[in-house]
Amino acid sequence: MEPRIGVFVCHCGTNIAGVVDVRRVAEAAAAWPDVVYATEYKFMCSDPGQGMVKDAIVKHNLTRVVVAACSPRMHEPTFRKACAMAGLNPYLFEMANIREHCSWVHEDKEAATLKAIDIVRTSVAKARLLEPLQARVVSVTPKVLVVGGGVAGIQAALDIANAGTKVVLVERSQSIGGHMAQLDKTFPTLDCSACILTPKMVQVAQHPNIDLMTWSEVESVEGFVGNFKVKIRRKARYVDEATCTSCGVCLEKCPKKVPSEFDEGMMTRKSIFRSFPQAVPGKPVIDKESCTYFKNGKCKICEIFCEPKAIRWDDEDRVVEESVGAIIVATGMGLIDPHGLGQWGYGRFPNVLTGLEFERLNNATGPTGGRITCKDGSTPKSVAILHCVGSRDRNHKEYCSRVCCMYALKFAHLIKEKTHATVYNFYIDMRCFGKGYEEFYNRLLHEGVKFIRGKAAYVTNQALTDEETGHLVVSAESTTLGQVLRVPVDMVILASAVAPQKDAEAVARLFGMGRSPDGFFMEKHPKLEPFSTATDGVYLAGSCQSPKDIPDTVAHGAAAASTAMSLISRGTVEVEAAVAEVLTDSCSGCKICQDVCPYGALSFHADTRVAEINGSVCKGCGTCVATCPSGAIVGRHFNDRQILAQIDAAFLW
Amino acid sequence: MGEELKAPKKIQLAMYWAASCGGCDMAVLDVNEKILDIAAVADIRLWPIAMDYKYKDIEKWADGEIDVCLFNGAVRNSEQLHLARLLRQKSKVMVAFGSCASFGGIPGLANLHCKKTIFEAVYGYTASTVNPEGTTPQTHTHVPEGDLHIPEFFDDVYSLAQVIPVEYYVPGCPPTPETVMTAVNAIATGNLPPVGSTIGISKAVCDECKRTKSDKPGIVEFHRPQEIFVDAEKCLLEQGLTCMGSATRGGCGSLCPGVNMPCRGCYGPMPNSLDVGADALSAMTSIVDAAEEGDARAKVGKMVDPLGTFYRFTLPVSMLRRAARPLQG
Repeated sequence: MEPRIGVFVCHCGTNIAGVVDVRRVAEAAAAWPDVVYATEYKFMCSDPGQGMVKDAIVKHNLTRVVVAACSPRMHEPTFRKACAMAGLNPYLFEMANIREHCSWVHEDKEAATLKAIDIVRTSVAKARLLEPLQARVVSVTPKVLVVGGGVAGIQAALDIANAGTKVVLVERSQSIGGHMAQLDKTFPTLDCSACILTPKMVQVAQHPNIDLMTWSEVESVEGFVGNFKVKIRRKARYVDEATCTSCGVCLEKCPKKVPSEFDEGMMTRKSIFRSFPQAVPGKPVIDKESCTYFKNGKCKICEIFCEPKAIRWDDEDRVVEESVGAIIVATGMGLIDPHGLGQWGYGRFPNVLTGLEFERLNNATGPTGGRITCKDGSTPKSVAILHCVGSRDRNHKEYCSRVCCMYALKFAHLIKEKTHATVYNFYIDMRCFGKGYEEFYNRLLHEGVKFIRGKAAYVTNQALTDEETGHLVVSAESTTLGQVLRVPVDMVILASAVAPQKDAEAVARLFGMGRSPDGFFMEKHPKLEPFSTATDGVYLAGSCQSPKDIPDTVAHGAAAASTAMSLISRGTVEVEAAVAEVLTDSCSGCKICQDVCPYGALSFHADTRVAEINGSVCKGCGTCVATCPSGAIVGRHFNDRQILAQIDAAFLW
Repeated sequence: MGEELKAPKKIQLAMYWAASCGGCDMAVLDVNEKILDIAAVADIRLWPIAMDYKYKDIEKWADGEIDVCLFNGAVRNSEQLHLARLLRQKSKVMVAFGSCASFGGIPGLANLHCKKTIFEAVYGYTASTVNPEGTTPQTHTHVPEGDLHIPEFFDDVYSLAQVIPVEYYVPGCPPTPETVMTAVNAIATGNLPPVGSTIGISKAVCDECKRTKSDKPGIVEFHRPQEIFVDAEKCLLEQGLTCMGSATRGGCGSLCPGVNMPCRGCYGPMPNSLDVGADALSAMTSIVDAAEEGDARAKVGKMVDPLGTFYRFTLPVSMLRRAARPLQG
């Protein structure tokens, strides 16, 4: 039977109709073979628009539907559903994109209209060859993996656990807490960071629904939405958690000191350590890399002093497997490598600090017990805070790091409060957009903090005047004065750019995520789904997606949790049917396809000696289809015949 | 007398050659004593390599008098086209026999050129050509004894199915004796696949190849067979030889890879393939072991004669079909 095709051309208000003559497109379509109905309408995605599709399917006995409107990323699901409601297999629907691919990128109305006609014609050509497909329904494992124990991961884990669902929270360092645990005060309320975070950390530890795995890393991820199999490497702790009483004697007695990661290397920790006093879990681990016993077989001082006998020298890494239905990636952010910032004196002058180093300096548990001092122990009389170091800078990171303006204000306030020093802020623009942020800025303006509108060009110790001698000199052009200034100070704090974690690429690959040009993990939609990824069932929380302050991070974590929970609560999930399929009669087992799948959907069946595709994992990207030399892999919904028909229609019709 | 009447009518068989090397006819002889089995079931009515015949003998046959015609060779001049059409008219079933008839074959590579450039080379500048007057073949020549006619040479080489309707294909350069007998048996017993099919198997040469393949194949560097000592056990593709086995229909018993030579692709594309050259090219380049694009480009660039490798037997039936003709004038 010949197909009966209906074509519906959308105005999208003036988005399409402002450039493309939609009536002409519909009229052209009406003349093509097998098109039995063609019309146009203001908003095809609206209820009446969908109603038109449903009515026409029934009235004109349509067996194929083509909607010419926006990107299928926006409304393909809408129209597939509309078709299904009218009794038509949803895969007999085809979308022609005449907005993003046409009206939005062209001005010449005549040419754009002709192009729109071409685009719709190729879709009609493909629609004639569409085949009905059935989506499969699979059940969802009611458990969620949260990767990363910063405040985003903590929030997500607690929300899910409180909803009654099991959570596995994996953190690579010894304790959860993340960057927030390193901070002293938070802007703009000047809350004590630890005071508001540690109760949440304790809740995590105590929650019956949370299985906390610190000192652990996710090693592999297999499966698909609702049915992931995850392998987690639990690194050897060498301390038996059941026996250890967290008394802390070993931490005092261990003779080996190494720079503390938590204190940004400004203090030391021992080889047996916990990251910070309020660490969760509080039971220490032995860092094998630095431990004297593991290096030369002698020491064991921790064991000698351990009263409950909790040291286990024969402990080994264990790989545990977990089945989860959803994954929340909350691996957080890093900072730009400050050694590339020599222009601003970092690494050259001891009194040039990064923001995070200053956080530790100012913290009660930090190297000075919270006193703000220069390296020689003196109290600074003047401090410069340089904004946008590495951010909003084509040579480093083009984006705004979003937190620096506000923490610079916080630093200015704390420095003034503790030392009465003169504080200079060198800024490009003040970005104080959050709740209570602008008010905080106004407060600082009245506290006598000096704001110089101009990005600092460099920091030097080469004095040109007596006044500068013995000081660091910040050079910047004040754009309000129109003058180059040289400002002598005792200490410089660099608001250095927030950056993706160093291993972001490996993590992206592990979870099948993309990265945006800035290097952060790519969300599914920048506006409407900033917490989802292109891989179904893998969600994003916190600053691994883009730089965020604490309130945004917490909100993002909660959003990821609720999205994961809606999947878990539903209990089942439909798996896309437009995927690749192996024609086993033609597969000769050459294995050429085995390494090309970016999603791990391909395998080789040892008995039948042919390739196999897990249709639930396959995304229908077509890489294996193009790779298969034997024509033995077919891309459903995008098969060769359909694509060639589109090419023919573009050039030959 | 009565016995003979009851005996089934023998198959009326014609075999013909067009633009071919004669190998396909030799392949029929290569079945050795089984030729007697063929003779037992078939009357061989036409076979230029073995028996004399004249055009008028064929013209005299009734339409459809021949049950099966095995036609080998591509079509590249007017005489071949005429005979193809004539035999089509006389035959119930037309079989494109061998790679040239099926896909254009080796002569099909002439589609990289055209009549003009081929004549310029052959009658002009090849090392063995002495032609000071620049004489080239003309379809009509007047000599004192009368008019001479020779066939017209075409710009293009065609597969048989590009000029006449064809029922079946028997691939191979040449088809192996097993392939020949499979086809003969299918014809003799009437156990034929749907019209338009290739008589053979649906899996690729790799399926018949005994070499071991690693789980994740990769090509570190491309080589020609004479440049390396070929490992007798390992997959040839993984040794960097441009083996067409994965993209080529099986049925040959993996003859060439069995003797350390990469498959040249003579059995043609797989059943679902649209373009065997594109299939093989995209497969091989997909597994090139390269860290980044420049590296991949350099490695792929080392491949010698990619067009002649990937389209060695199939250029006229490929999506490329032919090289662009030089502009007139």
